[in-house]
Amino acid sequence: MSSSLFTQDARTTARNAAERRFRACGLAAIVLALAALVWLLISIFSAGAPAFRQAFMTFPVTLDEKALDKEGGRDPAKLSKVTTVSYAKLLALGLKAKAEDLGLETTGMKSKDFAKMISEESAASLRDRVLADPTLIGQTIEFTVLASGRVDGYYKGRVTMKTAVKDKNTSPEQLALADKLRAAGVLDIRFNWGFFTMPDASDKRPEAAGLGIAIVGSFLMMALVLVLSLPIGVAASVYLEEFAPKNRWTDLIEVNISNLAAVPSIVYGILGLSIFINFVGLPQSAPIVGGLVLTLMTLPRIIIPTRAALKAVPPSIRDAALGVGASPLQMVFHHVLPLAMPGILTGMIIGLAQALGESAPLLLIGMVAFVRDFPGGFFDPAAALPVQVYNWTVRGDPGFVERASGAIIVLLIFLLIMNAVAIVLRRRFERRW
Amino acid sequence: MTSLKLTASVLALAAAATAADARDQLQIAGSSTVLPYATIVAEAFGENADFPTPVVEGGGSGAGRKKMCEGVGENTIDVANSSSRIKQSDIDLCKENGVTDIMEVRFGYDGIVFASDIDGADFALTPADIYNAIGAEVAKDGAMVANTAKNWAEVNASLPAQEIAMFVPGTKHGTREVFDVKVLEEGCKATGAYDIFFAASAGADDDAKKKEAVEKCVTLRTDGVSVDIDGDYTETLARIEANKIAIGVFGLSFSENNTDKLKVATINGVVPTVETISVGDYPVSRPLYFYVKKQHIGVVPGLKEYVEFFVSDEMSGPDGALVEYGLVPDPALAETQAAVAAETVMGPLE
Repeated sequence: MSSSLFTQDARTTARNAAERRFRACGLAAIVLALAALVWLLISIFSAGAPAFRQAFMTFPVTLDEKALDKEGGRDPAKLSKVTTVSYAKLLALGLKAKAEDLGLETTGMKSKDFAKMISEESAASLRDRVLADPTLIGQTIEFTVLASGRVDGYYKGRVTMKTAVKDKNTSPEQLALADKLRAAGVLDIRFNWGFFTMPDASDKRPEAAGLGIAIVGSFLMMALVLVLSLPIGVAASVYLEEFAPKNRWTDLIEVNISNLAAVPSIVYGILGLSIFINFVGLPQSAPIVGGLVLTLMTLPRIIIPTRAALKAVPPSIRDAALGVGASPLQMVFHHVLPLAMPGILTGMIIGLAQALGESAPLLLIGMVAFVRDFPGGFFDPAAALPVQVYNWTVRGDPGFVERASGAIIVLLIFLLIMNAVAIVLRRRFERRW
Repeated sequence: MTSLKLTASVLALAAAATAADARDQLQIAGSSTVLPYATIVAEAFGENADFPTPVVEGGGSGAGRKKMCEGVGENTIDVANSSSRIKQSDIDLCKENGVTDIMEVRFGYDGIVFASDIDGADFALTPADIYNAIGAEVAKDGAMVANTAKNWAEVNASLPAQEIAMFVPGTKHGTREVFDVKVLEEGCKATGAYDIFFAASAGADDDAKKKEAVEKCVTLRTDGVSVDIDGDYTETLARIEANKIAIGVFGLSFSENNTDKLKVATINGVVPTVETISVGDYPVSRPLYFYVKKQHIGVVPGLKEYVEFFVSDEMSGPDGALVEYGLVPDPALAETQAAVAAETVMGPLE
């Protein structure tokens, strides 16, 4: 055995080799995790990015009096009897006239083919516009319509001339015309604000499906979770940390809170269904129930970081406060709580972010329903962002795949913002002793 | 203490809601096969009628019927969508909970198709081929032997020499029931396996023997050749995109909306289309229903109007919006319309 410092003996070599192996394993783990993340993000963003752009067509539509108000007189009751089918025909005629005006070749196109290029949703919005302003009848107005899901998909690579041959919802002629309309400036691809503002749509019109109701529903639920779980969670933590005697009961409560934080979220859904819907009789699919269920789920996840934040305030602060004559209540509210606030808020925001992304308990309380009307309050049916993602992935039309990935992006952005706020709060206000 | 006040007011609101009633939106739940049709109708109904858009939920046929049978009142659903007929147990449960008047509405048919990747081989199948490919035991020289076929050509020389791989709906699906009855049982009978099972059965009487034979007919091999899919058709489609040689089971409307990805197999030489199914040439189809709680008509606004709109010609008729989506129209729709107009309550099951 050599004793030179320049030659390593067998044991040192083995130890160094072990360290190198460990480092290599650690690096491999990080690379693997990063690769998985990158792969996930690439697949979501490549599938979802097209949802934020949409094909629109703008052309003049003649609101024929004969079709919309046969007898004249503009009687609102009679006008509302005219269904979207009639409006869809007017839109198809308008598009056809525009194509002929531009001198575009439309051989092989029947009027039904023109109708198929326009989203059915647009007939409904035209009808709403006419009912709101019956004086439009008889005029020719410039109207912007959503292109149908297939035409839209053509510009996103989802539909090609080859697939269109076999597709009963579109035809190569329609796509060829769409190209010409685009060259003429009638059809253009724009940012799709409707994705954020429009309600869900049925399987026949994926192009019109939006996240409006899901965003409103999630917002209502988060508001409820915040309003309920912040006071309850903070009060419970303060009591347990500052006032409660340390005995077997408080130990038991503590263990239970830790356990509740780990309970699978679906359990809270079952609880919500049996208590809030079946026993209390709150309505199905309503944000009130969703909010209450998510509050129950979030509470333990807020109490734990809140207690940690309270514990982190050094006892000297308490002693000093008590020493100058503050009552225990004053000590907590004037000194401990303000110092613990950054930690509490961080825990709160992270708890909210978890609640925002939760879908399992909501499936059980009817939040997965198809809802078209915007909720007027906490008791009206609504959807939620993560559930909307689930809802769209099971639809038959391929257009919904893109929408689902787009919804995931929106959800991720919301989560990112919330977590960023939590980090900023922590950085700016956290004090270390 | 503003947060305390807020909490109190929210709780008070919650309490007030339990007292408040008069739901103004229809609530519908049930079959995921009927769901796309119901959403299309609900959407058009909300746009054209002076009622809010109904809220439609999936969840499965059985779950929907059970929910409808929970009782009468604002907190129970109005309509249950169902891809199979209501069962006596549901009717009993309904009666127990005071739901005595149920309207049964059959609005059309759903075809069940076998489809594979668009660029794959063409398949002309018969129920017998499918049974011989994925049944647990097959008839060979008058006796039952474990199924070892690996290749479609082994099953039937006229089929492409391609490895057998099938995705069938899981047992919780209504589609599986139809697949069992209309494909496996038929195939089992056609290949003679049924008779062998029947003869070998130890059942006490003919009924028991029959039951045992049918049960054996619908038992699938478990060596990975046939895979149960518990998810939706989108899952089956994704699996086929990953495994190009596999054949999956789909609803007609789903395959009609994915014609650029799927190639549909013929059964007994018949191509499944809306026409061949409605005249009965294509053998694998089933009726679609929804069940209406008649006691809610006049209580929940828009219920009758919704039902009438659903079975109207512009929706369920031969040129209606649903047929455009893939529904097979019911030739007896006029009778259904009359029954709905008269609010006819369903009689006992035959």
